[in-house]
Amino acid sequence: MIWLTWRQFRWQAITSAAVLAVLAIVLGVTGPGLVTRYDQIGLPSCQSTCTALAGKFISELEFGTYGKLFYAGLVVMYLVPALIGIFWGAPLISREFETGSFRLAWNQSVTRTRWVLAKLSLIGLAAVVAAGLLSLAITWWASPIEQALSDGPPGAHFLPLSPLVFGARGVAPLGYAAFAFVLGVTAGVLIRRTVPAMAVTLVIFAGLQILMPVVVRPHLIPPVHATAPFNANTADDFVINSPQNGPATMTLVGNYSVPGAWVLSNQTITPSGRVFHGPPARVCMSNSAPPNACGNWVNSLHLRQLLTYQPQGRFWPLQGAETGIYLILAAGLGALCTWRIRRRA
Amino acid sequence: MTAAIEASGLGKKYGRRWALSDCTLSVPVGRVVGLVGPNGAGKTTLLSLATGMLEPTTGTIRVLGGAPGSGPRQLARVGYVAQDTPTYAGLSVADHLRLGAHMNPGWDADLAARRISQLGLVPNQKAGTLSGGQRAQLALTLAIAKRPELLILDEPIASLDPLARREFLQVLMETTAESQVSVIMSSHLVADLERITDYLVVLMGSRVQLAGEVDQLLDSHRLLTGARRDPGALPPSQHVVTESHTDRQSTILVRSDEPVLDPTWTVSQIDLEDLVLAYMGLARTEAAGHAAPATTKILEEKR
Repeated sequence: MIWLTWRQFRWQAITSAAVLAVLAIVLGVTGPGLVTRYDQIGLPSCQSTCTALAGKFISELEFGTYGKLFYAGLVVMYLVPALIGIFWGAPLISREFETGSFRLAWNQSVTRTRWVLAKLSLIGLAAVVAAGLLSLAITWWASPIEQALSDGPPGAHFLPLSPLVFGARGVAPLGYAAFAFVLGVTAGVLIRRTVPAMAVTLVIFAGLQILMPVVVRPHLIPPVHATAPFNANTADDFVINSPQNGPATMTLVGNYSVPGAWVLSNQTITPSGRVFHGPPARVCMSNSAPPNACGNWVNSLHLRQLLTYQPQGRFWPLQGAETGIYLILAAGLGALCTWRIRRRA
Repeated sequence: MTAAIEASGLGKKYGRRWALSDCTLSVPVGRVVGLVGPNGAGKTTLLSLATGMLEPTTGTIRVLGGAPGSGPRQLARVGYVAQDTPTYAGLSVADHLRLGAHMNPGWDADLAARRISQLGLVPNQKAGTLSGGQRAQLALTLAIAKRPELLILDEPIASLDPLARREFLQVLMETTAESQVSVIMSSHLVADLERITDYLVVLMGSRVQLAGEVDQLLDSHRLLTGARRDPGALPPSQHVVTESHTDRQSTILVRSDEPVLDPTWTVSQIDLEDLVLAYMGLARTEAAGHAAPATTKILEEKR
């Protein structure tokens, strides 16, 4: 079975290896330049100027080639599992159904169960290895940028826990690749036609990739809540909305933040714990009131800022949990696939 | 001695349609069995059940005493050439032999290599570029070289030209002559099977209409022609299969193990094709609920 699996997978394997090699060359050629720039700017030996230097490093890269490569790296990391699902997974068995060759394969002295398990495990392993190597290479390449982002001025985007970066780093792509592959195979087994199976694979995988960070990931570990007194003088956002008809409302956002955290919600609450929406006092609506009057009134309410977040230190536990979920889903689909192949023809 | 195929009350339903129903059959080993029936009669379904490609809806089927497709051992005992003789278009002839060697513990590499060179197949040629006849031969080679006890062939020559048909049957005959392999081969044409089969199963309208040794079937059927009379007057040992009447003459196909003694009948032998057609016509009438005489027309037209 190993021979047949390899023989049928050979061209896909060679093509994919070639694509990975090209990516590795691009990263290998540009990576050292990035490290050199990081060193030149003085970041490895900085003492008190680290934040400023990191900020300088980031703003210098942002719109240049390295910045584009950084974004491209994110895109590639999301694309690879989807492509594995579509081009490795979906055709794997649906093509056998389309050409009728499954009837040849299933009548050799190898049971269907072994036939499908060999394909799932060997090519599934290849998918995980490919995603792993790519994740490793891109993580290595991007490490100076990521170091600078976390050392730089607060409020930076593209920190490791931010939804977009999270799925393109660490072990999560391995779980995605395994899942996307088995999803493709299962779609092929159930639909029995290659092109529709590819489309279904793409739709389901993309849907899950969107659903996961929005609905599931925030709750993989119960998030941390923190409160701080709200100070109107340092607020990030201070908006009064007075519509033509209906009562006026107030939206306040405090400046309290936790470095490196993934903020899930940032609310301003009253001492009794309700979310504050106003109504604003008369001084806030009047143009003739003294400049600080509205702020003083807000401060007199003793509002608090409630921050719900996943702290920086949870990157790896969250990675583990998410990868685990995808691997369990992959195993479940693999079992469904095997059961279906055993039962039917 | 275990039967090559032993089916009891076997049925397979697709949605609400029965592709095969109430099939009870015992095919002995060591024979070349012809499975005949029109398209859609359930031949492929029966053979798919025998290879374990399908699970029966009702009844049971044992192949060489084992459950079809139940494990590597059972798979090794049965060689199968599926309808349209599927191969891997992207793999070469040599790759197919390698596939056979890797996936079958009893693989006879010498036999496979010898057959390929006899057939004049180029080892490096991709199966996708082979002619229909060559592809069928390649599929047959794979099935034979695993050294099965039973070879199941599903309409292997239906799509081949006459020369390729002859070559295919030639190879099949050589194989059965030199090894003890049992063969079950389906076709919708009796003529394809006549030369090589010694056991016949007629499948029609998803049921077995007739099964038995070809010689015995031919011996026990007689076509009686004579002055018009009521078939009810025949001795009880002569079972009427089909009958047709003109104003003055009656033609009756009877099944009987005893000789026909009534001298007023002209008794003639019936050949295999007419016999099969008679039973197929019978089944068709039964299915349609027509009166009996309509059936015999088929037989008469054929003669």
